[in-house]
Amino acid sequence: MSRLPFYLIVGLLMAVGIGMSVHRHVQFEVPWTQGEQRTVWEVEAIIDFTALGDPVRVDLALPQHQRGYRLLTENTASPGYGLSFLQDETGRRAQWSIREAAGNQQLYYSARLLVTEDRRQRELPTPPLREITWERPYDTAAAQVIERAWARSADPHTFARELIQDFSEDRQAENARLLLTQFERSTLLVRLLNQAGVPAREVSGLLLEDGRRRQTLTPWIQVFAADDNWALFNPNTGAQGQPENLLLWESGGRAVLEVQGGSNSRVTFSMLSRNQPAAAAVRSQLADDTLLNFSIHSLPLEEQALFQTILLIPIGALVVVFLRIIVGIKTSGTFMPVLIALAFIQTTLPTGLIGFLLIVAVGLVIRNYLSYLNLLLVARVSAVIITVIAIISIFSVLSYRVGLNAGLTITFFPMIILAWTIERMSILWEEEGPKEVLIQGGGSLVTAVLAYLAMNNPWIRHITFNFLGVQLIIMSLILLLGNYTGYRLLELRRFKPVTED
Amino acid sequence: MWASPSQLLRHGIIGMNRRNIRYIGRYNDRRLYPLVDDKLQTKLLAQRHGITTPALIGTVTTQFGVKQLQKMVAGHQGFVIKPAKGSGGKGILVIERIDGDGFIKPSGVRLGLKDLERHASNILSGLYSLGGTPDVAMVEALINFDEHLSEYTYEGVPDIRVIIFQGYPVMAMMRLSTAASDGKANLHQGAVGVGLDIDSGTAVRGVQYDRPRREHPDTGHELASLLIPDWRSLLELAAGCFEMTGLGYLGTDMVIDRSRGPMLLELNARPGLAIQMANGEGLRSRLDLIEKQPAGLGVAERVAFAQRHFARCGELKHVTPPPQPLAALLPSA
Repeated sequence: MSRLPFYLIVGLLMAVGIGMSVHRHVQFEVPWTQGEQRTVWEVEAIIDFTALGDPVRVDLALPQHQRGYRLLTENTASPGYGLSFLQDETGRRAQWSIREAAGNQQLYYSARLLVTEDRRQRELPTPPLREITWERPYDTAAAQVIERAWARSADPHTFARELIQDFSEDRQAENARLLLTQFERSTLLVRLLNQAGVPAREVSGLLLEDGRRRQTLTPWIQVFAADDNWALFNPNTGAQGQPENLLLWESGGRAVLEVQGGSNSRVTFSMLSRNQPAAAAVRSQLADDTLLNFSIHSLPLEEQALFQTILLIPIGALVVVFLRIIVGIKTSGTFMPVLIALAFIQTTLPTGLIGFLLIVAVGLVIRNYLSYLNLLLVARVSAVIITVIAIISIFSVLSYRVGLNAGLTITFFPMIILAWTIERMSILWEEEGPKEVLIQGGGSLVTAVLAYLAMNNPWIRHITFNFLGVQLIIMSLILLLGNYTGYRLLELRRFKPVTED
Repeated sequence: MWASPSQLLRHGIIGMNRRNIRYIGRYNDRRLYPLVDDKLQTKLLAQRHGITTPALIGTVTTQFGVKQLQKMVAGHQGFVIKPAKGSGGKGILVIERIDGDGFIKPSGVRLGLKDLERHASNILSGLYSLGGTPDVAMVEALINFDEHLSEYTYEGVPDIRVIIFQGYPVMAMMRLSTAASDGKANLHQGAVGVGLDIDSGTAVRGVQYDRPRREHPDTGHELASLLIPDWRSLLELAAGCFEMTGLGYLGTDMVIDRSRGPMLLELNARPGLAIQMANGEGLRSRLDLIEKQPAGLGVAERVAFAQRHFARCGELKHVTPPPQPLAALLPSA
């Protein structure tokens, strides 16, 4: 039995993998490390609506250069639609139009934004004060709320802060509650500010978080003061200032999306951050999509965000293969540790570890009781699945009550896998005793932690996402490991007594 | 604490990876696994090939059939209920004798009919089978093992594991259950493994928890005097399992019945490596030698070959005989 074909395949995979990676490095200047990098955000807006069969006009606000972000390139995809970009004093807008359209329509807009060190705030003209009229009895309520906040403030910004805090959950007075029944929070705040003679408007921002999909814009309140121009307020907390990861999408006080000739319109956002060398970041790369430049980056952003995680799974598999074949660690369920490691990426390591131990420990206790009921296997495992879900819900609620938001991420654990783990460990406990459970459970946990450390390493994330060829190299490594007939590390200890005579 | 790989290599120790790829992967056709993973199939196959096995009292195949258990075992002295697809001795219930409406385990624990029925029901639902697949419960007659072996064991039936490679018996050990192993003959649970000389069936070396041992921890009986009766026919029976299953690398578990002699208990297509510890010797050189032999020899010839080439002096008997390198025992061809 010749092993030649095997080594040929391994060699071929390795060569193609290295070749693809080097080609990407040389041709597209994708660096091997993420050193001296600039972060580029790719943001994609998807507009969904149902066209009614008439002429359609869609108007979408667009982001522009601003504090912390520089617009590099933008693209649209809208088959059959006419498109024009408009610019006026309220900002930039894209306008799609078509003579006739019916049924579900999707329009895409994507932009690449470079994160800059520029911290200067853009000068904006102060908007004119709007005339505010109230119906009874809201007029007296509004007047009282304004009076109260006015007395406790010194200038437009402190006034805005006091006003917003009066509407925050724990300080809500009767007047505030009455007003909130009639108006939406941020609209209401802008009305009150305007009535008090403070120029203000509602703007929409996007909180940038890597790999997020189907996000919506959040409302913010822009308050203008005479001397230091304007400041941004969070309408829910009253916090002043613009968060680092907030991209102002619409800052002219107009609607983000206007659709004529359609209904059920909405716009959602997907985003991805990517580290690029300073030089390449500025240059547009979207033009040269050839077959050789086969990369995940040619997919829509929404799918790219998914792939960022999927491409890490082979790394986890490699860790498992290495630990089992070379080291000889026993795990409960072959690839269970990889799934646990994936959950750790979402939860962060300490929360994940505590969560995993809690779920498995409580699950084992309950499973122990279930074994007295003498049930058939499938029913028992299903019962364990429901138990796991119950444990997760209880821990989530408890940790939220205590104020530990980290506890909420416990829901990222793969529940069915956990249920099987509990079932297997419980049988192991009955048959081989707690020691074996500790060995296998500990082995699984050590494997999961090592897989997590590998998968969460920034350099490894950079390499796997930017060089698809690496997947072939991992494949060839795993094939090679599958051919290893030498001793496992732990066997050197196991067989030690034989060598002692 | 740790041995170096070269030390292990010198002793011819085989590791898990090598066993999996080089022997199980190469010589055991996956298609044949069901023959040994299902003990019922093994038993029927053995009967066709004239290999003695413990008598089958009956099988329970449906949850409904569990109710027939009492009728089935009535009139039998002792019996064993075991899952057909169990592994590693899991789910085996031994009843030494029936006492009125009670069933007495070797440890003296008394079980009721309900306990027996629940055990059979658990077996059927796959509690002990690989991957939890539905299973069949087998009821076998109890083995009356040879009295003079009884002082070497505590509660359980001692069995003899013989590794059969290409039809040649290459290494053997006896597994003696202890109080620590709870009457089970599993080495990692604390059973004593005694390496057996392939030539004579005498003890070579004893280990418990991978450490050398000279006497049984519970009975206190010294292990050196252990001699398996009817050794040659036991080896021939074990070696015949190669033709029976077609598996090239096979673990055979044998027992010796007082009246019926050596019997096949079960087969294992993935035999463990602890046998090397019990013998204080690696399998490598023996397997290498067998690989060089031409195929097509009869059972008797193969056993004779193995007895001639794998003979050893027990280190338990003599103080310390100089270990003879295997090469010196081989014909110079």
